[in-house]
Amino acid sequence: MSQPSQQDEIVAEQGSLHRQQAAGIEPVIEARGLSQGQIVRKRFLGHSGAIVGLVVFAFIFIMAFTSVGYAGIPGWWKYSHEAVSPLVNGGAPTASLWPPAWGEHPFGQDRIGRDLFAMTMRGAQQSITIMVVIGLIAGLIGVIVGALSGYFRGWMEAILMRLTDVIIIVPALLLAAVMAQLAGRRDEGSWFASFASTNGVLALGIFLGLISWVGLARLMRGEFLSLREREFVDAARISGASNARIIFKHILPNAVGVLIVNVTLTMSAAILTETALSYLGVGVKSPDTSLGLLISQNQEAFSTRPWLFWFPGLFIVLICLSINFIGDGLRDAFDPRQKKFNAKKAREVSSPLAPEKIPATVKDGTAEDGTVSGDNRGG
Amino acid sequence: MVTYIVRRLVTAALILLGASFLVYLLTAASGDPLAEFRASSAPNKQQLMDSRSALLDLETPAPLRYFKWLGGAAQCLVPFAGSCNLGKNIAGQPITDALGHALVQTLTLVTGATILAILVGITLGIITALRQYSTLDYGVTFMAFLFFSLPIFWVAVLLKEFGAIGFNNFLRNPEIPLPVAIGIGAVLGFVAMIVAGGDAKRRALTAGIVFAVVTAVLIYFSVTLWFRTPGFGPVVIAIAGVGLAFAVTLLTAGLRNRKALQSALIAVGAGVVAYFLIQPLLSQATFLMIVLLAIATVLIGTAIGYFVGGYDRGQSMRAAAITSFLMGFLIVLDRFMQAWPAYFSNGRVRGRPIATIGAGTPNIEGDFWILGLDSFTHLILPTTALVLISLAGYTRFTRASMLEIMNMDYIRTARAKGLSERTVVMRHAFRNALIPVATIVAFDIGGLIGGAVITETVFSVRGMGFLFLDGIQHVDPNPVMGVFVCVAITAMAFNLIADLAYSALDPRVRVKA
Repeated sequence: MSQPSQQDEIVAEQGSLHRQQAAGIEPVIEARGLSQGQIVRKRFLGHSGAIVGLVVFAFIFIMAFTSVGYAGIPGWWKYSHEAVSPLVNGGAPTASLWPPAWGEHPFGQDRIGRDLFAMTMRGAQQSITIMVVIGLIAGLIGVIVGALSGYFRGWMEAILMRLTDVIIIVPALLLAAVMAQLAGRRDEGSWFASFASTNGVLALGIFLGLISWVGLARLMRGEFLSLREREFVDAARISGASNARIIFKHILPNAVGVLIVNVTLTMSAAILTETALSYLGVGVKSPDTSLGLLISQNQEAFSTRPWLFWFPGLFIVLICLSINFIGDGLRDAFDPRQKKFNAKKAREVSSPLAPEKIPATVKDGTAEDGTVSGDNRGG
Repeated sequence: MVTYIVRRLVTAALILLGASFLVYLLTAASGDPLAEFRASSAPNKQQLMDSRSALLDLETPAPLRYFKWLGGAAQCLVPFAGSCNLGKNIAGQPITDALGHALVQTLTLVTGATILAILVGITLGIITALRQYSTLDYGVTFMAFLFFSLPIFWVAVLLKEFGAIGFNNFLRNPEIPLPVAIGIGAVLGFVAMIVAGGDAKRRALTAGIVFAVVTAVLIYFSVTLWFRTPGFGPVVIAIAGVGLAFAVTLLTAGLRNRKALQSALIAVGAGVVAYFLIQPLLSQATFLMIVLLAIATVLIGTAIGYFVGGYDRGQSMRAAAITSFLMGFLIVLDRFMQAWPAYFSNGRVRGRPIATIGAGTPNIEGDFWILGLDSFTHLILPTTALVLISLAGYTRFTRASMLEIMNMDYIRTARAKGLSERTVVMRHAFRNALIPVATIVAFDIGGLIGGAVITETVFSVRGMGFLFLDGIQHVDPNPVMGVFVCVAITAMAFNLIADLAYSALDPRVRVKA
């Protein structure tokens, strides 16, 4: 056991240049000269699950909005979700994988002869609309509340966070029931009732958005709390930047990763919330239709007309799954500490020449990992 | 610390006051409590409306009614006074009684599901983290996302159709055709191949063995009509016990620790002897007796480990205690299976054991085992549904946490010291990975009693969710408030516990006193 000579150390250093994969940690692909946006885009496009999710979602989106038409624009499908047509073959689906055929009613018909394909597409439209509306509203309110309370602290934080706490524990189901009740009073002619009766699903989306920003607000507050102590914020303040400028130009871009990822996750949860509320009878109401409502209406007929149950459920799962995969891809793309750890490789690495060296990662706290529970500690 | 807790409690009380006021007004505004009478053509319509108005005190404006309710609810805070008054529902039943029943129903529904989901989820999370980017990892990740995206009412209907109706039809004539047996064997063999890991030869060997064993067992079951008269018998218990002893020792102490293995095996021997001794006692079992026996079993196991000793007495004790607990579990399971034929041919069950709705067969009579089987057959479907959808969160979270820990410097140090992989994973990584998991577990337990509304609706369990929905439908604020207060208080309490637990488990996090 002699001391390593100069020669050995040089060899070791050279070895380290070639073996950056020490202890199973693969180097992060960080090409020089790429902006953060480019790095994120590159990582996201390299995430196969997210790409598949994106393709599937785009396919469903295009199919749902072009087939039965949207907002008065007619689509290419011959039936609408309300039209009744004579039963073909007892309403069984006419689509088949082999030989590939589409047929008259690809997903079948319900008891009174409405086309299930049209109804499912309409339901998918509703779900996607609600999801987008919820994502936008929740994201906007969440950012504003989180930013104000995290940046200004003091009484602003106290009031906003207590408000958040109150909204978190009020059950969404109750609020939805109240809204359904208000929207149902068409005879009273209030502005809300008239709005809700013409845009039922939009009203539901806005409403759900108004209550689902709370988780986001807490996360954003956590982000702002940690970012406002950083040197670049001090530098900006000393150079005379206004509060608004610091919030929007300096802190928000650094928190945008957490924001986007969690808006995506909120959206995927929102789809399930909408279907669950429709299932319980306080969401989308008949004669309009939604995926949850279709399942709720047809669950009794499972043994006689199982397709009425399969197709709407399949579309809920597909939409939700693709959004989840997109969210997962985004999370991986935005996490600068992303390292590929491999236990097997770690065990196999036994060369004494390979120094234990973690490849330099971007030391840039843009995304303190967005754990749900790490934000309200000590408050 | 005390200042912190007191401050949190005061804030929580204020939030609860504000939120409950809001909830009361919302419920009162959510509809017309007299709607069902307005549409009716009953001759005593006016009288019915008057009595309902009097019952719900509709003459008083809702904000004032809230303060009346609050006055009654405040009496619940006085300890031992027994004057708790949360009002009555429209059937005239006091809410405190209704809440008691509903709470029991909900807890029996969600407790098992939550424990199972936590155990399986954490295990899967750890395994997938250790084998990151393997086929197993991709498979589990995909399944986790899939389950995460499933609407529970959809799963529930599927389970009812295939898990209950299908399985009951199968039980009428429990014969498994040969192709089906081979098919199931092949699928399980394939799963085993993915799970096994290692080189191609080892994987193929595992797949082959699992395929052969599963197919043989299924054919045996089919020939002997095992599903009609299930049971293990002492031989299977002994063999399974030896397997368990090895597995438990491998995880807790490592097979190198011969003394630990010895004590686990002695515990298995004692279990097999106890199997014969305890049968007459088990025939008169009560729930309390089973609990006491479980405690005794763990104590005996600990004692075995203590006397066997070895260089690390603690490890022997742990291995023997866990093994004997599992042995006890096997014996109880076997006893339940012995009661199965009696349950199956029970007049109330009539050969269709797996139930689709409710929390128990009405008016069923029988001893502990029959009643236990009855709740089991009613709980299995909702539990499966709940486990499936809540599994994903735990798996993903544990995996992320474990991956982060495995990248830590102290893990590298532990490896560099030459510690075995088992010690590194079980002692250094696993325990630390559980810290963040413990917090979300506490959060989830807090949200437990209010979180199964849809499951309760689908499976017609009259729990908290049912009470809540019923209250909303009848525009009756009292049950809604009762459920809300219970749910909110548990949620906030566990929130606080989660924060305190985190700071207790992780010394780097300190609460601001």
